[in-house]
Amino acid sequence: MSATGARVTNVVMAGLGGQGVITASDILAEAALHAGLDVKKAEIHGMSQRGGLVSSDVRFGERVFSPMVPPGEADYLLLLAPTELDAMAWCLRPDGVVIGTDLVSPDHLPNKRSLNVALLGALSVHLDLPPELIREAMLAALPEKLHATNEHAFEIGREAALARRAAGG
Amino acid sequence: MNRQLLSGDEAVALAALHAGVSLGTGYPGTPSTEILETFFRLGGRAQWAPNEKVAMEVALGAAFAGGRALVTMKHVGLNVAADPLFTAAYTGVSGAMIVLTADDPGMSSSQNEQDNRRYAVAAGLPMVEPSDSQEAYDFFLRAIEISERWGIPVLYRMTTRVCHSKSIVAPHPETAPATRAPHFEHDLPDRVMIPAYARPAHLRLRAKLAEIAVWGETCDLNRQVLGSRALGIVASGISCQHAAEAAPEASMLTLGLTYPLPMELLRGFAASVERCLVLEEGDPVLADALLAAGIPVEAKADVFRFGELDVARVRRILAHDLSPEAKALSGKAPELCPACPYHTVYNTLRKHDCIGSGDIGCYSLGVLPPYQVMDTLVDMGASIGVGLGLRHTLPPDQARRVVSIIGDSTFIHSGITGLVEMIYNPPPTGHVVIVLDNGTTAMTGQQEHPATGRTLEHTRTGQVSIEAVARALGIPSVTVLDPHDDPDGFERLLLERLAASELSVIVARRPCVLAAADIRRWELHATARVLPQLPDGACEPAGAAR
Ligand SMILES: Cc1ncc(C[n+]2csc(CCOP(=O)(O)OP(=O)(O)O)c2C)c(N)n1
Repeated sequence: MSATGARVTNVVMAGLGGQGVITASDILAEAALHAGLDVKKAEIHGMSQRGGLVSSDVRFGERVFSPMVPPGEADYLLLLAPTELDAMAWCLRPDGVVIGTDLVSPDHLPNKRSLNVALLGALSVHLDLPPELIREAMLAALPEKLHATNEHAFEIGREAALARRAAGG
Repeated sequence: MNRQLLSGDEAVALAALHAGVSLGTGYPGTPSTEILETFFRLGGRAQWAPNEKVAMEVALGAAFAGGRALVTMKHVGLNVAADPLFTAAYTGVSGAMIVLTADDPGMSSSQNEQDNRRYAVAAGLPMVEPSDSQEAYDFFLRAIEISERWGIPVLYRMTTRVCHSKSIVAPHPETAPATRAPHFEHDLPDRVMIPAYARPAHLRLRAKLAEIAVWGETCDLNRQVLGSRALGIVASGISCQHAAEAAPEASMLTLGLTYPLPMELLRGFAASVERCLVLEEGDPVLADALLAAGIPVEAKADVFRFGELDVARVRRILAHDLSPEAKALSGKAPELCPACPYHTVYNTLRKHDCIGSGDIGCYSLGVLPPYQVMDTLVDMGASIGVGLGLRHTLPPDQARRVVSIIGDSTFIHSGITGLVEMIYNPPPTGHVVIVLDNGTTAMTGQQEHPATGRTLEHTRTGQVSIEAVARALGIPSVTVLDPHDDPDGFERLLLERLAASELSVIVARRPCVLAAADIRRWELHATARVLPQLPDGACEPAGAAR
């Protein structure tokens, strides 16, 4: 709960350098901005291009103070690199949801590099934000030549999450 | 203007643009690097200096000329620039000068977590600290006002979380103070710091600070929110945000001007609450100052001096909880890119059990397995001086294995004086310096530097040749080669140079794999700028092997 009592949604995204964690968190944060919410985003990207763990926190709601998700308060963990689960588990609340490659495998995507967007698609099923806003923010963030592949990936992610939900999982 | 989602760095760049900053200069360093890059992208005039000291001096000159100058650096950069900083406090400025220092509590990408609030006290300069991107924007405009009103450089301190976190900014360019046309007035007593002029200058500085302290008591950089009487929190920077979340009921005094401190405001606030806690990241700078002034406040426990604060740690501080904190598991560590040109060099150094006097950059990853070829790493440029010290002192069989390893940007930043020392005080066993020249400042995100021959904007400019500098200084053996193309040749050369009791510089040149494609593009598009006329030999094309 935030200071005002209004619920803040906490999303942590993690992966390895080059997987598009920062892009994905930028997209989600922009979508929250366009939804008229307060939003903050934190990240550590010291040597992100050298293949190390990269993580980014996105928090949105009526009023957000700290840009960092407190340990044990993440509602969602978007995990692009399954090997990093142990390193990231600290952030999740007990009933927090991991959205990772077991839901959307990079091998089932038109382009493996769209995994970040596919997982955003899956996340969008869970959020109070209109998915249209996330899709628009995604298109605005990516060069036009990547639009078709990523729209496709976004849909694959959404469908996977809807299917899991329908299966009660 | 529209609400935008900006990082603190971007917000400062936008404010600098709106404030009519006439020149932005600095040296790259996480987390400050994006400020000048963004300022340029927004249309401002930005340039990289060879190091922070030079940047500080260029900014000072611009501010002597009546311009508005911004100089950016990471926290340790201010150590390099400290000499001009302290005396610029005496001279003051005619325009505005903002000295931006980006501190890194928790050391997400730094070699120490020094707290640069100490510099404000030591140099006697006002310090402004934003806590989010909106404040980064708003307070920057205020800092310009302070600087111009009192003719004094202003320290603008940010931290990693303020620099790199994004939050919403509503810009208001219409409130930026009007700019004045640059103009020079002779004023020797103000700007020539011989003792006779410096003595009154010091008095002037203290008088300005006294005035700013009075102004600070009521200025809008410091904000009071009255809540519960049971708990009051004094905070600055990102700690304000953590505190608002961890203790929403508390009374808060958030300080945007942390030097000079509004002591009467603080005294009144502390008296109005039952428990007054000072919440600050890093050193107990505020708490010590308040306690010294006889204001009864509570400081955090010493364990919270280490690392950055977050909401969970603030809750612990509030609850006096000193139980051991869970240690965060480290995820996958960064490593040299598979195709990095440094691999060959490090393989060879490891194979021959060299003693590596290291330096700072991407190549510092050579400290990690499988190579572990860096035995020391202290500060930028230290590889050469420390290597020479080792050579002077170790027994000959070990001394002969000492190698200094330095990157191209680091060489330009502070390696050249190391070579001068090497010529002047050569060790009996000679010495070998390897310049790892990947054609970019890779560590901080591929910035240009004087040896790339391109400006911050990636356009053509004068180029400093590393090998020509080494030769001009009188190094007897200077060799340029591509270690990746010719690993055996590199090994032969290294062994030969280690065996010779001579001074050697080996420039191992091959572009960074991450930057190579960009470098080709920039070279192609580098629109010719007028090159200054340089004496022969001072400027050679890059890639000129010997
Ligand atoms: C005084 C100071 N300024 C800036 C930095 C940040 N920094 C660390 S290494 C480095 C330069 C690295 O470039 P280079 O020497 O070319 O090596 P590369 O990363 O390309 O391997 C910079 C700017 C620092 N650590 N200290």
